[in-house]
Amino acid sequence: MAKLLELEDLRTQFFTTAGTVKAVDGVSYDIEAGETVGIVGESGCGKSVSALSILRLVPDPPGKIVGGKILFMGRNLLELSDVEIRKVRGHEIAMVFQEPMTSLNPVLTIGRQITETLEQHMGIDRQEADARAVELLGMVGISDAERRLKQYPHHFSGGMRQRVMIAMALSCEPKLIIADEPTTALDVTIQAQILELMKDLTRRLGVALIIITHNLGVVARYADKVNVMYAGKIVEKGSARQIYHNPSHPYTIGLLASVPRLDHKRGTKLVPIEGQPPDLTLLDQGCAFRPRCRFAEDICTREIPPLEEVGGGQYSACWQKDKLSQPAPAAS
Amino acid sequence: MAAPDIQIDSRLEDLAERPPLGVIAADLVRRQPLGAAGLFIVLVMIFMAVFADFLTSYDPELNAFEDMHIAPGAEHYLGTDQFGRDILSRIIYGAQTALIIGFVAAFIGATLGLVLGVSSAYFGGRFDLIFQRVMDVFMAFPLIILALALVAIFGQKVENDVLLVIIAITIPFVPNCARVVRSSALAIREMPYIDAARALGYSHARIILCHMVPNVMAPYLIMVTAFVGQAILLEASLSYLGLGVQEPTAAWGLMLQGGAEEYAESAPWIAVFPGLAITFAVFGFNLFGDALRDVLDPKLRRR
Repeated sequence: MAKLLELEDLRTQFFTTAGTVKAVDGVSYDIEAGETVGIVGESGCGKSVSALSILRLVPDPPGKIVGGKILFMGRNLLELSDVEIRKVRGHEIAMVFQEPMTSLNPVLTIGRQITETLEQHMGIDRQEADARAVELLGMVGISDAERRLKQYPHHFSGGMRQRVMIAMALSCEPKLIIADEPTTALDVTIQAQILELMKDLTRRLGVALIIITHNLGVVARYADKVNVMYAGKIVEKGSARQIYHNPSHPYTIGLLASVPRLDHKRGTKLVPIEGQPPDLTLLDQGCAFRPRCRFAEDICTREIPPLEEVGGGQYSACWQKDKLSQPAPAAS
Repeated sequence: MAAPDIQIDSRLEDLAERPPLGVIAADLVRRQPLGAAGLFIVLVMIFMAVFADFLTSYDPELNAFEDMHIAPGAEHYLGTDQFGRDILSRIIYGAQTALIIGFVAAFIGATLGLVLGVSSAYFGGRFDLIFQRVMDVFMAFPLIILALALVAIFGQKVENDVLLVIIAITIPFVPNCARVVRSSALAIREMPYIDAARALGYSHARIILCHMVPNVMAPYLIMVTAFVGQAILLEASLSYLGLGVQEPTAAWGLMLQGGAEEYAESAPWIAVFPGLAITFAVFGFNLFGDALRDVLDPKLRRR
C-alpha cells in the first residue's frame, strides 16, 4: 500500500526563557491509508506536539518546527503556504481534541459548527450542508439529529460532544484523522463507546487514524501499529502485537508492567516506573531514559542509542535491546 | 459493539418555554430595581426622541422675541429661554440629538474597539504589544481633551456639526473598548475550540469574527451602554464649550451654554431643566449598563 503520511526526522522545538525544549527530536514514522497507529507515552514526551506539528498548529512563538519533512500524499506539508495548509486542515487531515467539553464553541449551535466546516471546504450551500450534518450526526449515533442541530454545546453531555467532534472530523471526508487523547476526559464506559465508534467509522470509510494516548489498553485494542515515545523521540515501534508480547525497550516494559492486566494473577503488584520524565532542556549525550532504567550500563551515559530493527519490522532504541527481546514472533 | 443511540426526552425542554413579557418585567423590577429604573429612563428618552413631533406644539428652533424669559407655567410648562423658545420642546428635540450622537458614537466606537481588541488578543506577540502601546497613548488623554483635539483636527474638513461631534466622540472610545475586550479575548484565545477552529482550516478573519467575537459579546454590550451615557455627556460638554452641535439645533449642552451664566438668577429654569435632562439621561444609561453587567456576568450575580 502507498504511504499516506511520512514523517522524516521531524524536529519541533520550543524556545523558552529557560532554554530550548526539544519537544520532538528526530521523529520518523509512516502511516498507510486506512491504518490505525497508536502513539503512546507519558505526559510531556512529545506525543501531542508531534501530532500538532503535522498540521503546523504548534503555537509560534515559542514553538517552531526546525527540521524534517512531513510528506502527506507526496507533498511536504512544511513547504505549503498558509492558504494551502488551511485547505489541508479539516479537509484532508482532521483532528479530534482531548477536551470535548471545551472543544466546541459554546455560543454557536452544533449545526452551525458542523455546516461551517462543510461550507468552507466542500463548497456546498447551506441547505446541502444541513442535510449532510443530519446524516453525519446519525452516523455517530446521535438521534433526533434535526432538533439536535439547533442546540448549543451545553445541551450535550461529554460523550455526545465527542461524537459531534468526530462527526465534524469526518464531515469533509479526510484521509487521516488525528485523535489527541480523544477519551481522556470521558468516563470509562463512554470511552469504550467512542473508541469503538471511531474504529468502526474509520474502518468503514477507509480513513487512517492516529490515536495519541497514554492508555496502553486503548492501543492494544484499536491500533495496528504502535509508536512509543519518550523525551521527544520514538524509542520503540512495531505492530501492536509485537509491542505487547515482545517489548524490547525498558520504557515499554515499564509501561506494560505499570498497568493492570486481566491475564495476570490477582494480587500481583503493579510495578511503576520510578522517577519523572526528564527536563527536556537538560538532555545530555546519553540515553534520556537512563536515569530511570533498570538495565542502564556505561554505554547508556555516553551515547544515544539508535532506533534499530530487532526483527520482524519491530524497532527499538536501546543498547540492551537484544538482551530484552525474546525471539521475534512473526509480524502480524 | 454498535454505539447505542442517546436520547433526551424532548418534552423536558418544552417545559422551559419563555414566560410572558409581563412576568419578565416584574421579575426584572424585583431583581434589578435600579436597572429597571435605568431602563425606564432610557425608554422614556427613546419615546421622546421618536415621537418628538407629536409631544409638543412649539417649534424648538423658532425665535419668538415677544415670549422671552417666561417662567414655567401653564403656557410653557418649563418656561422659555432668552430667544423665546419653549424649553420643554427643546429638551424633547434635544433627546433626538443626544440619542443619535450617543448611539452612533457608542456603537461605532465600541465595534471598532471590539474587532481591534479581539484581533490584538488573537495575534498576540509583537502585534499585540505595539497595538497596546498605541492604545496607551490614546488612553493617556482624558476623553474630553481628546475629543477637543479631534474637533480641532477635523473641524476644517467636516462641514456637518453633528457628524463632527460623532467623529470626535467615537475615536476616544475605541481604545477603551479595545482594552476591555482584549482582556476577555485573551482567555477565549486559549480555549481548545479556538485551536479546533484552526485545526479545521479556518482563516484568521473567520476565527476572529465568527468564533471569538460572539464569545466577548457580554463585555461589548456593557461597554456600548456605558458609552452611550458617556457620549451624551461628552456631546453636552462639547456643545457647552461651543465646539459641538451649533445653534439653532436643539441640544442639551447648547441650552446650558446660551442661558446658564447670564440668567442664572433671573431665569434659572433656562439652565436647570436641560441640566436635569443630561443628568437623568446619563444616570439612566449608567444604571442600565450596570444592571446589564450583573445579568451578563454570572460571576457578579447575586446569590
